[in-house]
Order: sequence, then C-alpha cells, then structure tokens
Amino acid sequence: MNAVASVGRATLNFLAAAGRLTLFAGTGAMHCVRPPFHFRLIGRQMIEVGYYSLPVVGLTALFTGMVLALQSYSGFSRFNAESAVAVIVVLSITRELAPVLAGLMVAGRIGAAMAAEIGTMRVTEQIDALTALSTDPFKYLVAPRLIAGTFTLPLCVLAADVIGVFGGYLVAVNKLGFNTAAYLQSTYQYLEVLDVVSGLVKAAVFGFLIALMGCYHGYYSRGGAQGVGAATTNAVVSASVLILAFNYLITEAFFSR
Amino acid sequence: MTGTGTTTGAADPAIRVRGLCKAFGDNRVLDGLDLDISRGESLAVIGGSGIGKSVLIKNIVGLMRPDSGSIEIDGKETVGLAGAARDKVLARFGVLFQGAALFDSMPIWENVAFGLIHNRGMPKAEAREAAIVKLAQVGLGPAQADRYPEELSAGMQKRVGLARAIAAEPQVLFFDEPTTGLGPIMGEVINDLIVECVRGLGATALTITHDMASARKIADRIAMIHDGRIIWAGPAGDIDESGNAAVDQFIHGRTEGPIRTATRAA
Repeated sequence: MNAVASVGRATLNFLAAAGRLTLFAGTGAMHCVRPPFHFRLIGRQMIEVGYYSLPVVGLTALFTGMVLALQSYSGFSRFNAESAVAVIVVLSITRELAPVLAGLMVAGRIGAAMAAEIGTMRVTEQIDALTALSTDPFKYLVAPRLIAGTFTLPLCVLAADVIGVFGGYLVAVNKLGFNTAAYLQSTYQYLEVLDVVSGLVKAAVFGFLIALMGCYHGYYSRGGAQGVGAATTNAVVSASVLILAFNYLITEAFFSR
Repeated sequence: MTGTGTTTGAADPAIRVRGLCKAFGDNRVLDGLDLDISRGESLAVIGGSGIGKSVLIKNIVGLMRPDSGSIEIDGKETVGLAGAARDKVLARFGVLFQGAALFDSMPIWENVAFGLIHNRGMPKAEAREAAIVKLAQVGLGPAQADRYPEELSAGMQKRVGLARAIAAEPQVLFFDEPTTGLGPIMGEVINDLIVECVRGLGATALTITHDMASARKIADRIAMIHDGRIIWAGPAGDIDESGNAAVDQFIHGRTEGPIRTATRAA
C-alpha cells in the first residue's frame, strides 16, 4: 500500500511541477511580446548571454572543428574518402555541434548565473519587494532573460559555425596536407542554407530553454543558501537534458523525410 | 477570548480582514483571523516566531493568496485581484521588509527611486533628486546615494528600505520586523524614524514584530496573534493590563504559560 502511495505521490508531484513550469513558461512568453519592454534590461542580458559567452563558445567550436577534421580524416582515409572531410566538418558543425555544444556551455554559464541571481533575490525578499513596488517580476526579471536567450544564442552559434569550420580548415590544411582552395571549395559546395538555418533555429530554442530553466528554478528556490545552490544545479542539469532532447526533436522535424 | 471585541468593529477601517485562513500542507498558520485597522492608526501585531505574522502581512499586501477569507482595503475587496487592479492597490502601499530587501544590482538612490521611475515614469535625474530628499528624511546624506546596498550596515540598509517604502508617499505602510537584527540603539533609531514617517505621511501603519519595546513605541494599538487568530487587541497603553494570560506571558517573556502549553500540545 505504501509503495502505491509513494508512486502516486511522485506522479502527482511530477504533474504539479510540469503544470507549474508550463504556466511559468506561458506567463514568461506572454510578457515577452506584451509592452512595455525594458530595453535597458534586455540589452544588459544580451551582453551577458552573448558577448561574455563568446570566448568560451569560440574556444569550444575551435577545438571541436579541429578534432573533427582529425578524426574524420583518420576514419575516411581507411576507404580513400579523405575528400569528404571538409563536408563532414561543415555539416557536423553547423547542424549539430555548434548549437548543441554552445548551448551546453551557455547553460553552464548563463543558466547557473540566472538561477543564482533570481534565487538570491527570492530568498532575500527582493522579488517580493519588486511586487510590492507594483513591478511584475515576470516583466522585469523573466521576460528580458527569455528574450536575450532566444535572440542572442543564435548569434553566438553563428560565430561558432565560422570558428568551428575555421578550426577544421586549420588542421586540414596545416596538418593533413589538404589544398587550401580545394578544401574551401568542397566546404562551400555541399553546404545548404537549411544546414545553417536549422542550427540557428536550434540555438534559438536552446537559448529560450536555458533562460527558462534558469529563471524557473531561481524563481521557485526556497530555503536560503542551500536552496539557491540546489536551484543552480537543477537549472544547469535540466537545461542540458532539455537541450539534448529538443536537439533530437528539432533534427527530426527538419531532416527526417 | 478576552478583548476580542476591540479587534473589530471600527466604523470605517482602512483595512478590514475577515475569516482569513492560510495553511501550508497540514499546518494551519492563519485560522479565521479577523482584524480591523482604522484610517491613520498605527497597529502592531505581536506574537512568537513562526506563528504567522509574516504570512498575515504578505496576505494583506497581496504577496500571498489566502485559502479563504476577505481582505478589504478602504472598503474594496482585494483578495483575488490581479494585474492592473492589483497594481492600483499596491501603488498606495509602502513595505519595509525584514531584511530591507534592497535591490543589490542598483545603487541606493535607484533603490529609493525605483517606484517613481517605474510606476510614475519620472525622469531619472528628477527621481534621483527626490530620492536624495527621502534619504535625508531617514538621516542619510547625499554621499550615500551612489553606494551599493552591500556596502551598508544592516541599520543603514533598514533606513534605505524605509526611504524606499515612503518614497511614493503611500497611504498604508507595512513594517515587517523593523528592528530584527539591529542593536538596541539602532533599533530605537529606526523606531523613531518609523514614527516620524508614519506621522509625516498621515499614513495607516501595520507593524509586525516580536520586539515589545518596538511595538510600544510605534503603535497606537497592539494586537496579539496566537493559534492563527487575534487573541487580544487594545490600546498600546493597556497591554500591561490585558487580563490575557498569553499576552502577559509573551510581554514578560515567561517560559511557562498558555503559549508553551499550546506548543507542546501541537
């Protein structure tokens, strides 16, 4: 009987959390499209999400592109298909690796920071103080972060696309002995607009999810320093898992025919 | 239930609470609480820690939604209000939070001017001037205006919190444990400032506290909350002759009495 009760309780808790999250996301999204907009706050968050994430995203993309060239060369040379290296690099980077890896890195940086900041504001009653000053926390705290996440991560990923492909090029030309012109040409030749666009759509969704998880876990954090710590961890873990899950869903939507 | 008659029944109360209930799981924190606060009156609600004083203030301000009951502000029901209607009510409130709850991302003056900038659309330069005037009212010079909350002592943070609460000249002021965490002298300074500000604005004030010295100083009337209800209310001067065993126990800080017994039974 106890086992049944605990299964029931876990199910109810899960459903309650899912409902609360959906409501939170809906309210947040509504405030993103409804004026007034706090442009200064949106700008500050965009700099935080985009500009300050560029170094870590760039380095991630660079090394990933380099490894990719190395690995695909060693694999494809087994059946004399070395010429496919450029295509493999550019497709992998733009479709998958740039958005997913940038998403995961930004989830670690930004999701954690958002959860910690909003969580601290919650436990020190700053969110109550906002409400008491007739300022909706969703409008003031959540919406600017959701907007910044959604619109800035694609820009980061665009940079990561370029840097990642450049990393592959560096290794291919300098270490593997590819001809510069030939490598660049096969990079261009097989790349389609959809490859890049699908990656950017992913980035927009991931950016929204990262900000949503950061805000949600921060907003509902409880119980002082420990609660804020738990909120930070939950924000990063849930954002990372959601990024990987949505990556599959979006890939299927774009490329399964 | 001695003295309950004085809890309610004011002719035209600024705040009228009826049958307020709020539970967290099985813990019924407020259990049919009734309370009236007359216009221009300063009421202190006293009671032990963790017995629902903060919950009471949060329900009245609208930071929490009661399970049942009614809260009327100037004769208008506020339970269940949302959006613009809620903002309209909130615009007449000023709240000093327990830990001051200053926004640590902005300087002192912007904290004080927050409501003026965001609700009244006051230009920043003008709002800054207004904030400096309010800061002077709580004894802080213009040199403090550009500092950040983390650089201030607890007592100074409380002063800034008070300046922020009175910045928009509210009609109702709420003070959540205004002297908690302060030394006796700074506590007295804050008490004096609160009395000054409330009188200066002619505002209605609700203070919750477990500090009897603070309650006696700030309040015209004192009400004691216990077991989720108001068990006694009367003029601040009458508190020593309340004739209520729980009130006597609380104000004298005795360990033996009805409050302890009730805690044990629960």
